Amino acid sequence: MSAPRTPGTADGPGISRRQLARHASWFGAAVGLTVVGGEVTRHVVGGSSAAASPARVPDIHFVQVSDSHLGFKGTANPDVTGSFERAVNQVNALPNRPDFVVHTGDLTHLSTPAQFDQVKQMMSGLRTAAVYTVPGEHDSVDDHGRAYRNAFGAGTRGDGWFSFDLRGVHFIGLVNTFTLEALGHLGADQIDFVRKDVARLSADTPIVVFSHIPLFAMYPKWGWGTDDAAAVLNQLRRFSSVTCLNGHVHQLFTKREGNVTFHSATTTAYPLPHPGQAPAPTPQTLPAGMLAGALGIREVTYHPGNPNLALTDSRLA
Amino acid sequence: MPATGAPGAAPAGKPVGGNAVDIRNFAFAPNDLTVRVGTTVTWTNRDGDAHTVVSTKGPLHSNTLNTGDTYQFTFTKAGTYSYLCSIHPFMVGTVQVTA
Repeated sequence: MSAPRTPGTADGPGISRRQLARHASWFGAAVGLTVVGGEVTRHVVGGSSAAASPARVPDIHFVQVSDSHLGFKGTANPDVTGSFERAVNQVNALPNRPDFVVHTGDLTHLSTPAQFDQVKQMMSGLRTAAVYTVPGEHDSVDDHGRAYRNAFGAGTRGDGWFSFDLRGVHFIGLVNTFTLEALGHLGADQIDFVRKDVARLSADTPIVVFSHIPLFAMYPKWGWGTDDAAAVLNQLRRFSSVTCLNGHVHQLFTKREGNVTFHSATTTAYPLPHPGQAPAPTPQTLPAGMLAGALGIREVTYHPGNPNLALTDSRLA
Repeated sequence: MPATGAPGAAPAGKPVGGNAVDIRNFAFAPNDLTVRVGTTVTWTNRDGDAHTVVSTKGPLHSNTLNTGDTYQFTFTKAGTYSYLCSIHPFMVGTVQVTA
């Protein structure tokens, strides 16, 4: 985790109708869509993001970016560095400076020291008060996450998990990529960490959980799930609002299960196929000019008094 | 391409002899290999992307295999050895070692 700053320039979010339709077909029934100024804004049911309650506590704004795969070389994106640079610039051009930026993993493609150096240096250009990360399986190749923790482990516990509070919201970052087999895995130590971590919290505390691999069964055949996620979600069952944000699948997807809403984010590197629509989840090379539309960043806003988060997914400019 | 993660009994993926496994198109081919005890198996990465050969609860543990790199392991005990690519864990394979 680090807290750097430098201004940047970029603009022009937006998402095509075709892409919107494609994503909309994947959304769970409990999520509605509106299009505002070319952006797709998703309001979780019950959320009135424009609610104008007296501003006692400022809104929380943060940004999620994911799956940047610095070091990837392939036709699906011959310039992942340039794409990530545009993502950083796009974050820096947002009208509201985010309270923090979270990267939900696969910062690097192969966990090399040079790749970690590069992504850390690029993220130091984010104009925000703090940067948080959780690792992906590409960030722990060969070394059980040692290089990752050297680069991003400051202030974390265990294999790199952490939690913090910000203006009444409790945030938890989990690591589910270090002991995976076919599926993501959290392990007993981390489950115990969550149990103790939330024990002191009142049930009306909004909870936001970050992980790389989804904590819900998005498509287990491709490993898009976490085999022991239920043990953590059970600890969170008493809370009125739980939001889980993940990466890994390189595409937007939302699902609600009881008190928990899951949102998968897209990537800044290259698209993967929709579940079952290819023999395997391998990098997809799109027709010329189509790549930027599949990449993007996500803004998240929490309005005090409204337990539901408002998400805006914007394609890379 | 064989169905990812499919059990080895699939028509195109039944146990195959030999001592070589190609890594191609994000899959191990054959993904179910049968060898005798004492055989050295060689995995060769023929993809543009990097892969690994890892059995999380077993003896297989390659370094990162870039294009053209190989990994070898000599099986000295009979049994079934399941493995995956730790970078792309949907890529799974099995080596069955017979006495």
